Amino acid sequence: MVLRMTGIRKRFPGVVALDDVDFRLLPGEVHALMGENGAGKSTLIKVLTGVYGVDAGEIELAGEPVSFTGPAAAQRAGVSTVYQEVNLCPNLSIAENILLGREPRRFGRIRWAPMRRRAEELLARLDLELDVSAPLSAQSIAVQQLVAIARALDVDARVLVLDEPTSSLDSHEVDRLLAVMRTLRDEGMAILFVTHFIDQVFAISDRMTVLRNGKLVGEYETAEITPVELVTRMIGKELATLDELEQVRPERTVREELLRAEEVGRAGGIEPFSLGIQRGEVVGLAGLLGSGRTELARLLFGADHADQGTIRVDDKPVSLRTPRAAIARGIAFCSENRKTEGLVEDLTVRENIALAVQASRGWTKPLSRKRQEEIAESSIKALDIRPANPEAKVGELSGGNQQKVLLARWLITEPRLLILDEPTRGIDIGAKTEIQKLVTRLAAEGMAVVFISAELEEVLRLSDRVLVLRDRQVVAQLDNDALTPEQIMATIADGGAE
Amino acid sequence: MIKHRLFWPTAALIVLLLGNFIAHPAFFSVELREGHLYGSLIDILRFGAPLIMVALGMTLVIATGGIDLSVGSVVAISGAIACLHLSGLENQDSLGGTAGAVGIALGLSIVLGACNGVLVSVLNIQPIIATLILMVAGRGLAQLITDGQIITVNSSPYQAIGGGFVLTLPVSILIAVAVFVLASLLVRKSALGMLLEAVGGNPEASRLAGVRSRRLIWLTYVVCGLCAGIAGLMISSNVSSADGNNAGLWIELDAILAVVIGGTALTGGRFSFAGTVIGALLIQTLSTTVYTLGIPPQTTLLFKAVVVMAVCLVQSPAFRRKLVRRRKPKPVTRARQDEKVEVSA
Repeated sequence: MVLRMTGIRKRFPGVVALDDVDFRLLPGEVHALMGENGAGKSTLIKVLTGVYGVDAGEIELAGEPVSFTGPAAAQRAGVSTVYQEVNLCPNLSIAENILLGREPRRFGRIRWAPMRRRAEELLARLDLELDVSAPLSAQSIAVQQLVAIARALDVDARVLVLDEPTSSLDSHEVDRLLAVMRTLRDEGMAILFVTHFIDQVFAISDRMTVLRNGKLVGEYETAEITPVELVTRMIGKELATLDELEQVRPERTVREELLRAEEVGRAGGIEPFSLGIQRGEVVGLAGLLGSGRTELARLLFGADHADQGTIRVDDKPVSLRTPRAAIARGIAFCSENRKTEGLVEDLTVRENIALAVQASRGWTKPLSRKRQEEIAESSIKALDIRPANPEAKVGELSGGNQQKVLLARWLITEPRLLILDEPTRGIDIGAKTEIQKLVTRLAAEGMAVVFISAELEEVLRLSDRVLVLRDRQVVAQLDNDALTPEQIMATIADGGAE
Repeated sequence: MIKHRLFWPTAALIVLLLGNFIAHPAFFSVELREGHLYGSLIDILRFGAPLIMVALGMTLVIATGGIDLSVGSVVAISGAIACLHLSGLENQDSLGGTAGAVGIALGLSIVLGACNGVLVSVLNIQPIIATLILMVAGRGLAQLITDGQIITVNSSPYQAIGGGFVLTLPVSILIAVAVFVLASLLVRKSALGMLLEAVGGNPEASRLAGVRSRRLIWLTYVVCGLCAGIAGLMISSNVSSADGNNAGLWIELDAILAVVIGGTALTGGRFSFAGTVIGALLIQTLSTTVYTLGIPPQTTLLFKAVVVMAVCLVQSPAFRRKLVRRRKPKPVTRARQDEKVEVSA
């Protein structure tokens, strides 16, 4: 056994990120580390590579207890890591990137010829032939990723950690990377592979370890587990937490289409999809994190612009190149990243609520202070935002209340289509139920809603129709008459192949 | 009250003024001579007026998270072009001719500001680089306009802008007050202030809320150019000449400092014109203090630096917390919690 971690515990203020986690890695295997967002995968890797210290537990490398003081120490001991976002210098040459800090020297001067030769040798191990004196920035992301791996190989690595290496690659590039991983495995390297893509896990890994909420769920042989079982273990069974919301979705007879997307897609974001949304309809998006749920929503809102396909609103073709254009057509989008893409934390509740309406009026037509206060007061009352103080700084509110402020901002624009991306993540149960009730009520009043959530139960409770996404593709559109989470999971797992 | 963001700069200003008063009891005296007010306080306001102008424009730019290094050059260009126009007139005292000179200077300043704005908002060049171009090139342009010489003019209406008096007060103070009031009304009565603060506070969130941030950012550079242009007129009119080399030299740094002392963060977001004015007055008072205290000229810059550093330190919450902690030592583990910890998958 090349690596053994036992009883690892890591706490951050307010959160236990890892709770008594065991992990082992054998030489010559590809081991997948699986779990949803927040399960503790990244933390475990950072503990392994010395970025974080541990609060309890032991790490043994080749039988020796180790305690790395930092990534450099881990690398010297033979644990190399390639991170999701390529940590290289795009302005330097490929050879310089591969051997940065380890350049062959004579009298302090870099010897370029041996350096280039060494870089070429390392790339050859990855079946790659490149002009190593060309700048890295000229290469595709996939090649940059491989260069990062070549860099990791130079340090005599025994353990190679690949953190989401495929998340920005297309399917052809992924195949190439997987081929490289197989080669390295056959040479005896232990590879720890973190990914959200389930089919890649089944294509390449020998064993897998599943984490959930910072706890170890189990270690499995890939051959002995099915995709459905894996997804079930990742999501867990703690779904039935709130059932007080009755499943009363009023039957609507008149179906009027609000928005239609035809073969809309964006390279590197989401494969082309088609979708129609009716007034008063709640469309749920289900899929694992990274499956393209957010990417789909962003295209409908113009936050990213589609590079193919057409979108029609009220049966008229529209160009949604900016959020502003989408807002003008009555589309609203609550981002899942409240802090970075939603709220302006420095501004008050009142200002944050008024922002979207004010933005569409332009700066020359201000909402009067009195009007802003009325809007803020009534939103605070309607959504029960606490503290009930329009002049409180949004940054000082709790997550659930921040979410309500963001919702309020969009509700006062009176949208016809409301896109909610993970509106209930990280907020307490009370606020969660309120938001779910609100969605039901808005839909009953005729608003169309796109509802994105990692919690399948929640998606099913609210949606009339569910789009299932996997690996950046819409794999199924299911009418929600008595769908069960298990059916959705099965669809996610087998990719909707019926 | 200590929490109010204007508390520390105001306190620093008052301390500095009191220090002057103690060293030189006549400091606060203001007297009426020939229908004009004279005194150290009036001088501070009068010589501080150009800096206040530049700093007000700079406040808007900084609120969006940008910076404008070219204001010093715009000051020089504005003065130079106005004097060039005036010097070519047959009757320099004509009111129309002076108005023409002022109009050309301010028009050119607006154009220069608009160029900066295009570089930053349309071409997405980093503000510090985009405005560095005009900072360097503009100084050259000013020298081209003046042909490397100092252009002197002899126009009493022009001279009145920086050196005249109306209702016992220097005209430059009145202009500064008027611009301050107008700008404050503009940003607080329209939605400009709120939208600028949103763009500066969180550009991506603002974009997703439908704010036309490009247009707003462009507008701030235009206003900033205009303010610098007015400051250029004040400076050149006060001495009835234009010096392409030295007019407005380093004023961009004083202006940035004034904005920061006034409590507007360089990262953008919340801004305060009142704070900026206090900051500008603080810097101007420092210069005056150097003379009243009779500090040797070779140490003036050092003296200024020390005071500015003290003001900035006292404003920094981290520094204040450290001071407090030193008095009440806490367990070492506290320090670790302050570190930003990222918890992700």
